[in-house]
Formats: sequence, C-alpha cells, structure tokens
Amino acid sequence: MRLRFLLGDVWVGLRRNLSMAISVVLVTMISLFLLGLGLLAQRQADVMKGYWYDRVQVSIFLCTATSRTPCTGPVTEDQKQNVRSQLEQLRPLVKEVFFESEQEAFDRFREQFKDSPILGNIKVGEIPSSYRVQLSDPSKYEVVASTFENAPGVSSVQDQKQVLERLFTILNKFTRYAVALAVLMVLCAVLLMATTIRQAAFSRRREIGIMRLVGASNMAIRLPFIAETLIAALVGAGLALGLLFAAMRALVGDNSRNVVLRQVAIGTTDIWHIAPILGGMAFALAIITSTITLWRYLRV
Amino acid sequence: MIRFENVTKAYPRSARPALDDISLEIVRGQFVFVVGPSGSGKSTMLRLVIREEPTSSGSVLVAGNDLGLLPPRKVPRLRRQIGTVFQDFRLLPNKNVTQNVAFALQVLGRPNRVIKTLVPETLELVGLQGKGRRMPHELSGGEQQRVAIARAVVNKPAILLADEPTGNLDPATSLDIVRLLASINKQYGTTVVMATHDNVIVDELQRRVIELENGVVVRDEEQGTYVPRAESPVAHPAPGHEHPADLWTNPDADWAEEHVRGED
Repeated sequence: MRLRFLLGDVWVGLRRNLSMAISVVLVTMISLFLLGLGLLAQRQADVMKGYWYDRVQVSIFLCTATSRTPCTGPVTEDQKQNVRSQLEQLRPLVKEVFFESEQEAFDRFREQFKDSPILGNIKVGEIPSSYRVQLSDPSKYEVVASTFENAPGVSSVQDQKQVLERLFTILNKFTRYAVALAVLMVLCAVLLMATTIRQAAFSRRREIGIMRLVGASNMAIRLPFIAETLIAALVGAGLALGLLFAAMRALVGDNSRNVVLRQVAIGTTDIWHIAPILGGMAFALAIITSTITLWRYLRV
Repeated sequence: MIRFENVTKAYPRSARPALDDISLEIVRGQFVFVVGPSGSGKSTMLRLVIREEPTSSGSVLVAGNDLGLLPPRKVPRLRRQIGTVFQDFRLLPNKNVTQNVAFALQVLGRPNRVIKTLVPETLELVGLQGKGRRMPHELSGGEQQRVAIARAVVNKPAILLADEPTGNLDPATSLDIVRLLASINKQYGTTVVMATHDNVIVDELQRRVIELENGVVVRDEEQGTYVPRAESPVAHPAPGHEHPADLWTNPDADWAEEHVRGED
C-alpha cells in the first residue's frame, strides 16, 4: 500500500467518523493526563526526598522558663554541656551539630513570621534554644531520640523527617488515586477505541468487501484502521502533555530560572521526562486495541 | 485451472448440502456457464473458488493451489489471480469510475504510474473510454457492470468469476455484457466461469454448460444450451425423480384428474 493512498484513506476515515475520533482523542487525553499527574507526583516525591533527606535535622529542644513537663525549669549550662558531650559521643552517626540560642531562635522566628500578627505576643525566651543535629544516616533518628528524650534540660526531640514523611504519604496517596483513575480512563479509552474501530469498519464494509475480493493483504485492509486509531491516540497524548504543562504553570509557575525552587519542586522539564512514557502508552494502547479488535471483527 | 474433487459443502442450519459430492474440471482459457435454479449451488461453487468458505469435504484446486491446505495468509494472493463480478455490481458510490477501477490496484500497493496506464487501458477494453469521471449513479446498469468488470480484470487475473452478472440488466444489455466477457476470455485467455439464469445468453454463446440442481451436477456439456437439447425428461432425470412418469402427465390427461393430483 502506498503511503499517499494510505494517508488519503486515513484522512477520509477520520473525517467521516469525526465525532468518534474526537471522543477517542479526548478520552485518551484525560486518561494520559491523569497518568501524567500520577507520574509527576511520584517525581515530586523523589525530588523532595533527594533534596531533603540530606538536610533533615533532628532538633533537640531545650527547656525554657515556660516549658511544661518534663522540664523542671530553664535549661542549665551544665545540662547543655551534657547534651553536647553526649552528641559528640554519637559520632559518626552525628555528622554536625549547631546550637541555636534563644535569641537566634527568636530572630529566625521573627524573620519567618514578620508579616504575622502572632509576632507581637512572642518574647525572647519563649522560643526554646535547641541543638540542631544532622545525621549521617537520617533513618537512624530513633537512636538520637531515645538518647535525649527525657534527658535533663531537654523538652522534646523532633525529627523533621517525620514532617516530610507526612508530605510523602500525601503525595503517594495522590499518585495512587491519580493512577487508579487513569487506569479506569484507560479502560474507557480502550473500549471506545474498539467501538470506534467497529463502527468505522461497518461504515466502510463496502470498501473492505472489495479489498478482500481483489486480494488486498490483511495488513493493507487493517492498516488504515490502525493508523486512524494511532493518530487519534497520539493527538490525545499530545493534548495531555499540553494540559500537564498548563497545570504545571498554574501550580508551580515558571521555576526554570529559580535555582532554589528547581531543587525542591518538579518543573516543566520533568514533563519532558514523562512525555515518552505517555507517548509510548498511547502508542501501545492504540496498536494493541486496534489489532485485537480487527482480529475479532475483520476476519479476511 | 479449477478442479472440484468430490466437493461437498453443507451449511450448519440446512437440511441438505448446498453442493453434494461434485467433481469437475475447468481448464485454462475455458468459458463456462453454470446454470440451474436458485439454490442449486451455483453461488456456493463460486464462493468456494475464491476461498470465501471452506469445503465440508473434498478438495478444490485453483491455479495449482489446494484451497483446503492454503493457509489463510495466502488467501489474498489466490484472490489476486481471480476477478469477481456480481449481480449488484458492488461499486463504491463515492468514487468515480476511474477511482473505482484504480482502487483494486491501489489496495494491492501497485505504483501510481502502473495504475495510470492500466486503468484507462481497461476502461477502453470494457468500452467506457471517456466516462472515467462519471459517478456510479450517473451510469446505466450496463455501464455500471462494465465498471465492475473493469475492476475485476484490471489486475489481469487468470480467472474471472461472474455470479449472475446480467441479473439486473435488460436482455440486450445482458448480451453486450456477456459478449464483453467472451472477448476478455478470447483476448487474454482468461478462464471465465459465469453463473446465470439467462437462457438467451447461454443459447447464444454456445459454450460449455454445467447444470446444477440441488447441489448436484445434472448436466455438463461442451457447447451446451440452457435447457437440454434433446428436450426429454428421460434424458436428464432430476435426482429423486428417476421415474419421470410420476412428474409428467399425458397431454391428453383429463383436467379433472390433474386437479385431483394437485390436491394430494
């Protein structure tokens, strides 16, 4: 079959069955968009893990005058020294230790909440001083926690990783929902493609009859249908990518020039990374669905 | 070219087979009429030749292929050697004459330059020169059948099957169409098998006649006519009616007696 003849045939077929072709495009678009969202959420989680796991700290908050139990009063200099030396003993698990004084903590707090009315009620000494400990292996947080929880002068031990974990859980859930929805929509897309092909085959039964009669090969008879489905699916994949770009712009904005944001959040370049997956998915869906449908309904 | 060896074709929901143990041979270049009443198995015979359906038993050999052993993927190659024409023309209504004929070559992937020479050539052969741009609905029945014939022979098949090609045409046009088939047969040596009800045509052309009845060959003669020459019930008894006296009443028979027989 000559390419020009094939393309002409495909063009006529798509035009004749325009509403069905459009529905295939749209359903493919939505299913791949959802799949894309799932993949992007996963990438976001990976990016965050990569960035934050190196930086997460365990904070050992020391008692202030207003701290509740187990504190019995503001931390003493001895207690501070004690904590400090115990931390030194935990090397090499403890990679680095910073001490944040009450003044520094207050300054940081003031900086963070400078536009908030909450600031007026806070005085120096109410924000606890703390040891910020960076671990060589963030997963061994428990070692630090068990050593310092209930130690004299320590009000609490907090792991930033736990805060992050909660975020990851949300992202993972989002991924799961998106992918589950995507699977449903892919099923819709497959069924719709199959129906479309059957209808197209029916509306072209005369041509098919003649083709069979004059001895056109199976491939020659089936190729226009496969090509039509493929084109519709790939257009759907293209639109899905467009939607993902639009969604990314709306949610994250253009972060390609923002050095910090680029390290913690996915950006438009990540869409390019998942584009081959979505394209491949559309390709495989179209080829497999049309081949099976034609095999069932177009015996030669 | 075409050989039937003890071919039986039975359809699942039918009491008697459409073809019942048929054996015959059609040699290359022959022009054959297949005659017989509706349901006698003419169309089934043609369908078996293009491997539209498998036989129930026996084998059909076409152009050196045993169709029972032919793998499905090779069926298209077989059909490229066979042109087929039907009573209802089966033209594509949204394509003009040239496009209809070219379609048969395009779907086989023939290059454009070949199509550009073969199609006008074939249209001239069937007497449709200058009508290439007409749409099928703008043509008479006879012209439409010529387009169908052009499409069937444009790929120069060795065999041309025609299933009641004149069934929708008036007698004069029918004769023109059959003469066209005969000239294709003569000019290209194409083996032509034509199933027909048309006695005028068969008698006019005086070719081989194979008569089917209830799926059985009841007559096969060179240069035959539509009805047996020696018009005698004894010469060709239909199967199951070996005692023609049961079928034929004496012309002198009493009308009343005939009437009573009919009420049996």
